[in-house]
Amino acid sequence: MSLETRTFIITRDDLVRYAQASGDHNPIHQDEAVALSVGLPGVIAHGMYTMALAARAVGDWFPGAEVVSLGCKFTNPVVVPVEGGVELEVAGEVKGAEGDLTTVALTVTSGGQKVLGMPKAVVRA
Amino acid sequence: MPVDQSLVGRVFPPTPRLEVTEDRVREFVAATGGEYAGGPAPATFPIVLAFDAMNAFLEAEAIELHRIVHGAQDFSYERPVLPGDVLSATLTVASLRQIGGNDIIGTTSEIADATGAVVCRTSATLVHRGADA
Repeated sequence: MSLETRTFIITRDDLVRYAQASGDHNPIHQDEAVALSVGLPGVIAHGMYTMALAARAVGDWFPGAEVVSLGCKFTNPVVVPVEGGVELEVAGEVKGAEGDLTTVALTVTSGGQKVLGMPKAVVRA
Repeated sequence: MPVDQSLVGRVFPPTPRLEVTEDRVREFVAATGGEYAGGPAPATFPIVLAFDAMNAFLEAEAIELHRIVHGAQDFSYERPVLPGDVLSATLTVASLRQIGGNDIIGTTSEIADATGAVVCRTSATLVHRGADA
């Protein structure tokens, strides 16, 4: 069963706010020069910010459900431009249910490219 | 400089306790674009503790944060995090390998409440980009 795809916009301001709230002040999420110096294509979103948005989609699909597990690989960086923002699409598919547990396979893309590897959530719904 | 192989298996001291207040959860929810209406913290909230533990580990090993890129993160929860919880994370270095001038560091963190009961276990893969990368 497919779930309704959610779209989010990520801006540089979002990354500043997320750094503050999460405590992750890695300058690769703020400072173009530092990001380029370590071989990144530019300022990139915190992987955990992308994952938090994926988790928001899961929360929208299963309101009030307890998340039992959540995980992914960060396979491609989400480059966030200075002006405007970048779009992130979170799609989901129910892969199975066992007892009260539902497994959701996610597909998280930006600019048509998958950015998370095997993102998956198990919820108790 | 590659990360020291003898680190594998090392358990770092628990992080200072974090009191999970409604304000703290509200800030986290707002930063991820949502609106907090009370109740459990978002599923990725325990990263606040895991990140604190990771920072202490990186500092202890003189690893520069800006050379770290996140490779993977997995959470498994015993129960949701709730306002009023007082939590601490204990990090263990689970694995370490070198690929193409980068260190691939595997860590696990156990996040426990004030009674010592585990609330969440989380594993992270950190890619430490070498100076030549």
